[in-house]
Amino acid sequence: MAKKKFVVGCFDDEANLFPAVKKVRTAGYKIHDVYTPFAVHGLDHEMGLRETSLHTAGFIYGITGTATALSFISWVLTSDWPLNIGGKPHFALPAWIPIIFELTVLFAAVGMVLTFCYLCQLSPFIKKHHFHARATDDLFVMVIETTEKTNVDDLKAFLANAGAVETDVQIAEEGWWLGRYDKDQVPFQNKIVAA
Amino acid sequence: MSSIKEQFEIPAKLKTWSFALIGAGLLALIIGFITKGRGTEEEQAVFIGTIMYNTIFWTLVTNASMFFICITTLAMGGWQQSFRRIPEAISTMVPIFGSITVAVLLFVVFSGNHHIYHWLDTNAVAGDEILKGKSGFLNVKFFTIWTLLAVGLWSLLGWRMRQISNEADQAAFNGETGASFIWRNTVRAAMFIVWFALTVGSTIPWLWLMSLDAHWYSTMYSWYTFASSFVSGMSLIALWVIYMKNKGYLEYTNEEHLHDLGKFMFAFSIFWTYLWFSQYMLIWYSNQPEETLYFKHRVQGVYKGIFFLNLIINFICPILILMKRSTKRNYTLVTFMAVLIIFGHWIDFYQMVMGSISKDHVTLGWLDFGILSLFVGLMILFVAKALAKKPLVSKYHPFLKESIIHHT
Repeated sequence: MAKKKFVVGCFDDEANLFPAVKKVRTAGYKIHDVYTPFAVHGLDHEMGLRETSLHTAGFIYGITGTATALSFISWVLTSDWPLNIGGKPHFALPAWIPIIFELTVLFAAVGMVLTFCYLCQLSPFIKKHHFHARATDDLFVMVIETTEKTNVDDLKAFLANAGAVETDVQIAEEGWWLGRYDKDQVPFQNKIVAA
Repeated sequence: MSSIKEQFEIPAKLKTWSFALIGAGLLALIIGFITKGRGTEEEQAVFIGTIMYNTIFWTLVTNASMFFICITTLAMGGWQQSFRRIPEAISTMVPIFGSITVAVLLFVVFSGNHHIYHWLDTNAVAGDEILKGKSGFLNVKFFTIWTLLAVGLWSLLGWRMRQISNEADQAAFNGETGASFIWRNTVRAAMFIVWFALTVGSTIPWLWLMSLDAHWYSTMYSWYTFASSFVSGMSLIALWVIYMKNKGYLEYTNEEHLHDLGKFMFAFSIFWTYLWFSQYMLIWYSNQPEETLYFKHRVQGVYKGIFFLNLIINFICPILILMKRSTKRNYTLVTFMAVLIIFGHWIDFYQMVMGSISKDHVTLGWLDFGILSLFVGLMILFVAKALAKKPLVSKYHPFLKESIIHHT
């Protein structure tokens, strides 16, 4: 995977973050991501992220669960091993609905959790670069991608002007790699002290 | 805050329409009375039963608005503040529709029409072990007192909730008066909820509706009725919110609020289905004659079509259409679904009541729609009048800002 150069701006308040995101986007910079200590309502909209398709995936998983349960139960109870249970018809749909429902929920839930982890690149033994450790505590960390044409100093000044309390430049791996967080914990190994 | 339109002025068109609906309804009522209301006892039972399910339905649906206000108050909800005056106005219908309900029910009980309530027939009760056992509950005295108490206290406790809401129009609160205002709101809401649980959540559906089949009982029944009326109540609130938005009012209310109303409509449609299915499945599975008698003519008899139409309108349509986020934020689709859900649950009440009164014939016809138009007309007219009486936004309410910046 390729390493890239990022400019990082840290904000200490949600109220400063929103106008800053807007300014940065209007100025034409490309926001890599914004890391926040908690879910910030409306930030995805402000960053111009597209609507997640996780719910569509969930719907498909759910339908798969429904189809699996319905086809399996009906095959077993009508053709493979029909049983007379309390004089009910072999195709006893009302009695199956709870099981069909449970399987729908199970498929949808497990499928969506796994899809969510995949989309967020979360997994055991997978490591990603942390731009700022305090993003998990009390700082809102905005990371901007740079190109060869980006004037890093201008961008840093721009961020500070927009309300960033801390800015720096990092050359970092943008994807994931195999590794563990409890070993070899050097989150700032790529940090370049600003000139 | 000064630029918003606070005062609702009733459009002439709304008045014309509501008068037309009321006129059509009254006409149907009179023709119905002449053609059916003076016939045999069975014909009279059909006539009165038609009025009965309409008035009970609309009483419970409008009362659901007050339940919504109280439950959001108790949950310290702020998002509904920007349109709270809408459910408040709808809940002013409870005394009006409640009085009609009381009048109709007491007429049934005192005229002793046992084609509607079988337990009114004293000779039959005397020779019937099951009805004798229930007679401590199913008797004229208890029915009358409990019905009067229910409607009276819904009206009174609801009125108290609306009264306290006026304080938020007059002057800004400081920390202390604001906290006391919220606390008094909480107390009043809790009182309503307790009475609501004792009536709509349990006894009132047993008395008014379930006792139509005096031998039969289901422990799901009251929740089923509640779910039906609550989901229609939320749809009615959504309809009024959309109407007011269309007329250029409720500037603080936007698709974020509509989204949450849509979620209520979606969630409680599913909740209703859950109860519908639980009630049906348990009775189907155990197959006890005294329990299946309720479903016999509904699932296998003449009511088959209506019974399954009910499930399609109230379950299949909401789950498929309202599931998507974009649908719940779309004014046109929410309007469509709200109308469909109210109609669906009206049909549900129809089969709950008329399915028991007229087991061999489906009576759905001009009289049902005529009476429905009478109640819809009354609802439109009086809700609009109630809306015009107060500012549309209680501008000093401590939670108003939370509603303005609401984001789902």
